[in-house]
Amino acid sequence: MATTMITTLDRSSRAAARGLSDISIRNLFIIPTVLFLIVFNIFPLIYSLGYSFTDFRASTNAPANFVGLQNYRDLLNDPYVWSNFAITAKYVIVSVVGQLLVGFGVAMLLNRDIPLKGLITTLLLLPMMLSMAVVGLFWKLLYDPSWGVINYALGLGNFEWLADPKMALYAVALTDIWMWSPFVMLLSLAGLSAVPKHLYEAAAIDRAGPFYTFFRITLPLVAPILMIAVIFRTMEAFKTFDLAYILTSQPTAELISIRLYKMAFQEWQTGRSCAMAYIVLIMVLAITNIYVKYLNKVKER
Amino acid sequence: MRKLVTSVLAGIGLTLACGTSVYAQEKSLTIFWAEWDPANYLQELGNEYEKETGVKITVETTPWSDFQTKAFTEFNAHGDAYDLVVGDSQWLGAGSTGGHYVDLTDFFKKHDLGNVMAPATVKYYAEYPGNSGKYWAIPLEGDAVGWSYRKDWFEDPKEKEAFKAKYGYDLDVPKDFKALRDIAEFFHRPDQKRYGIAIYTDNSYDAMAMGFENALFSYGGELGDYTTYKVDGHINSDKAVAALDAYKELYKFTPPGWAKSFFVEDNQAITENLAAMSMNFFAFFPSLINEASNPNAKNTGFFANPPGPNGDQFAALGGQGISVISYSKKQDEAMKFLEWFIKDETQKKWAALGGYTCSQAVLKSPEFQNATPYNKAFYETMFKVKDFWAVPEYAELLQQLNQRIYPYMIGGSGTAKETLDALAGDWNATFKKYGRVQ
Repeated sequence: MATTMITTLDRSSRAAARGLSDISIRNLFIIPTVLFLIVFNIFPLIYSLGYSFTDFRASTNAPANFVGLQNYRDLLNDPYVWSNFAITAKYVIVSVVGQLLVGFGVAMLLNRDIPLKGLITTLLLLPMMLSMAVVGLFWKLLYDPSWGVINYALGLGNFEWLADPKMALYAVALTDIWMWSPFVMLLSLAGLSAVPKHLYEAAAIDRAGPFYTFFRITLPLVAPILMIAVIFRTMEAFKTFDLAYILTSQPTAELISIRLYKMAFQEWQTGRSCAMAYIVLIMVLAITNIYVKYLNKVKER
Repeated sequence: MRKLVTSVLAGIGLTLACGTSVYAQEKSLTIFWAEWDPANYLQELGNEYEKETGVKITVETTPWSDFQTKAFTEFNAHGDAYDLVVGDSQWLGAGSTGGHYVDLTDFFKKHDLGNVMAPATVKYYAEYPGNSGKYWAIPLEGDAVGWSYRKDWFEDPKEKEAFKAKYGYDLDVPKDFKALRDIAEFFHRPDQKRYGIAIYTDNSYDAMAMGFENALFSYGGELGDYTTYKVDGHINSDKAVAALDAYKELYKFTPPGWAKSFFVEDNQAITENLAAMSMNFFAFFPSLINEASNPNAKNTGFFANPPGPNGDQFAALGGQGISVISYSKKQDEAMKFLEWFIKDETQKKWAALGGYTCSQAVLKSPEFQNATPYNKAFYETMFKVKDFWAVPEYAELLQQLNQRIYPYMIGGSGTAKETLDALAGDWNATFKKYGRVQ
């Protein structure tokens, strides 16, 4: 089985001359990866599941006591945690929808013959190549009510983007949209250029309007790749930490990952934060599964 | 292939061997602290120690925002990267009960440090639990929250006249919290891009707590009873409610966007001509009298936290003691350094370099008090300071305080009484969880 899965080794190659078989080469590549995964991913994952049923605190020498489902019960009864989830959901929706609209829109604009298309596309990709922390720090300056460029350019006076409890979350989402729309744009562009040209020609011959062409040809054919963008961006947005942590400390913008960080590394409630991490993990898994099911459905069409 | 593996292994081995041999030859100590000016002064002091003894002192720093996280990550892993740590006063509980700090009680008694150092610094930087006679740190950097103000704005005759006409008394350094509020209101002129006052509002660590404590303690309020851990009736007393309202009132007169401000922003308020008065730790004042970092250095004055309506005058304590980390392999060397550090000459040098000594003798000396415009205010403050809870679960208590007070202060939700009642409930539940109250 294993030998049929991989290309057989060329007998005259250097590897073959050294007496390495196909299987040993395969093992050489795969075993370190599997070991790495087990040591750094699987083992901590299972170990922390154990901790989530205890009152363990990493900052003390006190032994961990088994408390059963107490941590989960407390967390799911904590109104602050629920509000963190609600904030996160709002953030995910706003930022992913925003990125989708902007990213796909820009991709539509770029999907034609224009001069310097390559250069424009490359320049548009710059935001997503920056580090999240750096983006957070300079957007904090851009948003500043006293000397920020944004208020100056929009003539908003002293509008407090980050200090206003109602605005703070949207300000973070806006930064995220600026940063990650290029990612959606890139995927959409790949999808758009793969749409066969003859379909558009056929539509033109049939005198189909631009809306009809868009909704009946372009969108359905790009949908699978857009779904992939949505899955990636949803997972990432759900996990957002650095950007929000740097930009604002408003409780109305406290995402679940920030709460988790505080619980784990400021309060050192190790057991409880493990339980929280599991709750988040289950939620992300559930959401991703729904998407994947939907993606498969879209592909079947 | 085999040759390659052998040579790589040999290379790694050689590197390791070289690394450890160099390490073993030199005597050295690593002190961990947050990234700020006093850490640089400590490094200079350490260089003096190296000249005298040949032991190299390295002060390692990390930004304040992750100082606590990084230090405790190292402690929890029982790492020996640092030999000494200049830890925050709130860490004493976690550091001592967690077994991270070496017990310094004998050292303390041998050198009679209880009388050498200022009483408040011994109580808050060194002893845990309170009144137990057990000591875990040597007071190193005394610190408390004080105020800086714009002398040129305060002394302008036109302003003085207008102020007197409006409030009926002379414009001067605020005599109490009411005057603090009035002056803040008086100078709050958003149309001129000038604002009344800069206060702490950041809710990510202890900024908000420190700022609120300044009002709370001067209003005669308390966080709770430090021996019985009873909080109901203390943190939500009438005095505490009035203090929270007074602190929230000050927020009205802050520059725009003042919702996540701590020491950096508060010093900027003075250097960038934003505010008439600014709250900050004394440790950040040296840069305000330096013309290179503050264009208004000549026009910046300082005062101690003013009294509340009943004449109580206190301030929130900052500052740190230095502790020996129990996982260090060079504890003997570290103790020798501490013996050198507590000498009177060293303390004088420390103060001259810019460190805030806790030594009573140095603090009381006229040469210290006249050395800078703020040393006198510092000396006065250090004898009337109070601190936050120092129990191992202090971070949870801080988080609960931020969680309750921030939405009220910044978002304006609820009332002061509701806020503090809820906080008392949270704290009581936390103390119950850790078995401190029934």
